[in-house]
Amino acid sequence: MNQPSFSERLPRISFERRLTAPWWLAWVIPIASVTLALLTGALIIASQGVNPWEAYKAMFMGAFGSGFGMAETLVKAIPLMLAGLGVSIAFRMKLWNIGAEGQLWMGAWAAAGVGLYLYPAWHLPPWLAITLMMLAAMLAGGLWGAIPGLLKGVLQVNEIITSLMLNYVAISWVLYFVDILWRDPGGLGFPNTALLDRAIWLPKLTWIPFLPPGNRVHFGLIIAIVAAVILWFLLNRTKWGYEVRVIGENPEAARHAGMPIVRNIILVMIVSGALAGLAGMAEMSGVAHRLQRGLSPGYGYTAIIVAWLAKLNPFGVLLVAVLFGGLLVAGDQIQLTMNLPRSISDILQGLILFFVLGGEIFSRYRIRIR
Amino acid sequence: MTESNVQQSDIAVEMRDIVKRFPGVIANDHVTFIAKRGEIHALLGENGAGKSTLMNVLAGLYAPEEGEIFINGRKMTFHSPRDAIEAGVGMVHQHFRLVPTLTVVENVVLGLDEPRFKLNLEEATQKIEALAEQYGLKITPDAFIWQLSVGEQQRVEIIKALYRGAQILILDEPTAVLTPQETVELFSTLRSMAAKGHTIIFISHKLDEVTAISDRVTVLRAGKVVAVVEAKDVTKEKLAELMVGRPVIFRLEKPEVAPGQEVLRAEDLHALNNKGLPALKGVSFTVRAHEIVGVAGVSGNGQAELSEALYGLRPLQKGKIYLNGQNITKAPTREIIRQGVAQVPEDRHKEGSIGDMDLAENLILKNYRQPPISRGPVISWKYVFDFAKTLIRRFDVKAPGIHTRARLLSGGNLQKLILARELSSDPALIIAMHPTQGLDVGATESVRELLLQERSKGAAILLISEDLDEVMQLSDRILVIYEGEIMGEVPADRADRNEIGLMMAGARQETLNHHETVAA
Amino acid sequence: MNTAVLITILATSVAAGAPVIYATVGEIFAERSGILNLGVEGMMLMGAVTGFIVAVKTGNPWAGVMAGMLAGGLLSLIHAFLTITLHADQVVSGLALTIFGAGLSSFVGQNYVGVQGPQFAPIHIPVLTDLPVLGPLLFNYDVLVYLSILLVPLAAYFIHHTRPGLHLRAVGEDPTTADVMGVSVARTRYIYTFVGGLLAGLGGAALSLAYTPGWTEGMSGGRGWIAIALVIFAFWEPWRAMVGAYLFGGVQALQFNLQAVGITIPTYYLNMLPYLFTILVLVFATGERMKRHLGAPAALGIPYIRGER
Repeated sequence: MNQPSFSERLPRISFERRLTAPWWLAWVIPIASVTLALLTGALIIASQGVNPWEAYKAMFMGAFGSGFGMAETLVKAIPLMLAGLGVSIAFRMKLWNIGAEGQLWMGAWAAAGVGLYLYPAWHLPPWLAITLMMLAAMLAGGLWGAIPGLLKGVLQVNEIITSLMLNYVAISWVLYFVDILWRDPGGLGFPNTALLDRAIWLPKLTWIPFLPPGNRVHFGLIIAIVAAVILWFLLNRTKWGYEVRVIGENPEAARHAGMPIVRNIILVMIVSGALAGLAGMAEMSGVAHRLQRGLSPGYGYTAIIVAWLAKLNPFGVLLVAVLFGGLLVAGDQIQLTMNLPRSISDILQGLILFFVLGGEIFSRYRIRIR
Repeated sequence: MTESNVQQSDIAVEMRDIVKRFPGVIANDHVTFIAKRGEIHALLGENGAGKSTLMNVLAGLYAPEEGEIFINGRKMTFHSPRDAIEAGVGMVHQHFRLVPTLTVVENVVLGLDEPRFKLNLEEATQKIEALAEQYGLKITPDAFIWQLSVGEQQRVEIIKALYRGAQILILDEPTAVLTPQETVELFSTLRSMAAKGHTIIFISHKLDEVTAISDRVTVLRAGKVVAVVEAKDVTKEKLAELMVGRPVIFRLEKPEVAPGQEVLRAEDLHALNNKGLPALKGVSFTVRAHEIVGVAGVSGNGQAELSEALYGLRPLQKGKIYLNGQNITKAPTREIIRQGVAQVPEDRHKEGSIGDMDLAENLILKNYRQPPISRGPVISWKYVFDFAKTLIRRFDVKAPGIHTRARLLSGGNLQKLILARELSSDPALIIAMHPTQGLDVGATESVRELLLQERSKGAAILLISEDLDEVMQLSDRILVIYEGEIMGEVPADRADRNEIGLMMAGARQETLNHHETVAA
Repeated sequence: MNTAVLITILATSVAAGAPVIYATVGEIFAERSGILNLGVEGMMLMGAVTGFIVAVKTGNPWAGVMAGMLAGGLLSLIHAFLTITLHADQVVSGLALTIFGAGLSSFVGQNYVGVQGPQFAPIHIPVLTDLPVLGPLLFNYDVLVYLSILLVPLAAYFIHHTRPGLHLRAVGEDPTTADVMGVSVARTRYIYTFVGGLLAGLGGAALSLAYTPGWTEGMSGGRGWIAIALVIFAFWEPWRAMVGAYLFGGVQALQFNLQAVGITIPTYYLNMLPYLFTILVLVFATGERMKRHLGAPAALGIPYIRGER
């Protein structure tokens, strides 16, 4: 055929679903996406008259450049890991739990109640008190997650909005205790509770090599790793995990298989909330050692990004949480050293998500431009 | 290629050397297609032969990789359906292109440039009524699409094309959703349109229809044109052979088996549809072992609700269901599955499989709760993989392996996968809904054979299908459903198409028999 | 409760409802086209901060309104590009937009916290404003409040009685059909996602330039999310959105005025009211929707790729 065929005149972008993707794409796309996100972030940093290269260097060095930085990164990663695991199991079932922040606060609140009041009142041994704090946090977070779960499962109310609205409610609730009901009278006017007894702080992991003495990495890291293993086993090896995955992938097929969808919606939201609650407990008992304003700088929201970037894989969550822990540390770092607002780390989080999201299409589709 | 002599000036549509590829397949491989003005031209071929693709190219929906299109002798370049519409090409798709939440008029004027801003629906209504009058098409302009029967919806589609001044009308499998009587009505409309100078292109895989209505026939097989013939010059057998590429046996081997004990008894079932309106209004019937009971009817008359109600997926307002004498009316789906009820669902992708899970995970969907697949809360994947490999081999599912994602299977293989899963538990009752819809001849045959084998083995089978031929071929008894009620029951060996057709349109068997006696 | 307090509460409801009306109607447009944009909160914040900064720099609040709208609109285009052109997940993209918008607004607004700027004051209409009862109830608002009231009938008319409105509905309900009928799905979705962004930005600007003049970090306080909830409450109809927005405004007004009528509740509980109210409203609206079988636009949240089911 010598004549130009008429389709050549269609300047169209067309998408062809890939049947298989080359192995390297799985690496190239995320790396390229993050690089582009950082480049875009550089523009924003430059707009403030700061050299972006210097800023990024300072950020990287702050988070990963020293033993102390690494330790702080791990400290920030712990709540992200736990809350991220919680978010990931909900997302597995296409339940958009964006209430991890509130569930985290409720967990911290319940744990603080046990630690500050039950522990001294009942003369509990410290190990039991810590266990009770964990259980209380899981219970509170789980119940907080159960509310949107129940509303979704029974009444089909949109869980995105209810879970998010409950974040505001939870924070108001906890602040009432921080500011008024449980306020430390000896707190010099600072709105926070008294410190927990040192015996019921989550123990520090002093035995980790390479980290400097006096670092703040605590037992929450072990809890997070154990939680990831359990979650992985549940999802991939049990009937329940199979149900969760089938319901997430195709609820209609799950219904035709007689799977208990409503029960699983509520259950998954409880598990999800319990893990976020545990994150709150770990942060309260392991780092702040009391309930205070600003306990979470939005861990629950960052956890959403962590879970999603980890493709909802429990071990992936652990890994991505470390990177994002680093980003949070870096944000604090450059606020101190370069006078850039820490919100730069929120901006970078958003940008990374944008670019990874945009990049995903290249792994699912082959794109032809004619 | 047998080219019948065509005068150049008579040619309404000429498609020359069209090539259209999809990932992994050539849907149209240098297809040349010519339709004359004022003729009814059938495009015949199996599912997957490339008929719809070719016509979607003509309707501007797909851009072909190669080839040219001429309309009334002028070369055309279609960038979108809009271009095709402007050139006078209208298409009635197999799945109607109507927005259910909009009214008839709104659907008809959808996509037009005029009026610029304010909608003038009164004027459009008048124009629609005039067209309806002219072509003898009964419609209600201000009704919502979701309120209409499929037959009415089809008329709206035709009006929509005429409203845009379509001279060339393509209909994709238009009779699949109609009763035999509605089909007759449609054919007379099409004939009157052709007489007024319209060109009708009629996509079908049904030989009876093609010989009944068309002037000429183009036969496609595996993306290529295998013949262009005058309809009056060929026999059905010849067309079938051209279409399939080998001689076709029209009768299925159906062994004589005496029915056994009653397996399913449905008594006075009442249920609502998703809109909250009554969908089943007192349905009663039984199915015995070694028996296939067919449910014939036009789509949307309660078939989907019946299938769901029997499977515990839709609550009954009234009525009872017994399985092997046991009351399972309120039993949950899980329990119904455990009792040995299998289901071939209506939608293979949405209800029957999980596209992004692998074949092994798809195969345990119904029995993952039972040992040895799972013990306690833990699934034994080792056992599952062996189980899956055995099934894939036994049911001849063509796939690279058990870790292939279900999404990648062809329609026929996916249906075999579903049957493998459902039949692996030796079910007492099989509820099969449209089991061969969209499959090619080979896959259709194997699905039907599997169902007949199960019948021989002693299963009771409820076959719900809109394909009347299928129901008549496979069933031992035929029930006809209309607006949620059973109009009548006929034994398959005494089934009469005409009688079933009238019942599909709402006539009760008793009244029919009455008329017959009067006529006699 | 005396009349004066009642009038204050009612008038505050209308004023507090205005920013939410803009955001809700905007989201109705986006969702009607099939695009769920959970970035409303982020777009409102960017609208608020941009509007305020530009108003401060130019001294002209109208310039601020324009800039705020543009900021919201530009942000919405990110979402549009990701979800329409690249078929990204709409939920995740919207969340990213909210995180990004919140971060960026606090970043660019860092030097404007507590700064005094120009604002829209209530318009004093001779005679009318001075009427007893009716004056404060009907004729004592700023111009953005009146515009928000005007927007509702215009939007309702546009959606139901115009050709582009018909195409908008068709694209959101059944994009395949719309496409076959020659309506460009991508273009329609881009346009209305952008319109949604413009209106969310306007809602933000209405906060920082009229309702609570000035810029504070996170000043939208979840209104973007409440707007998304109100879209469901409204069954995607502008008139009902207005009712919802005023109900929300009423809750806010109560929150501020309960003390005035001598009821003392800890402010911490009062602060929860709008959010609890939103959940409640959503529960009732969902119940009614199920009963009446009203659905969201059928294609909401689903990417459209021609030739793929």
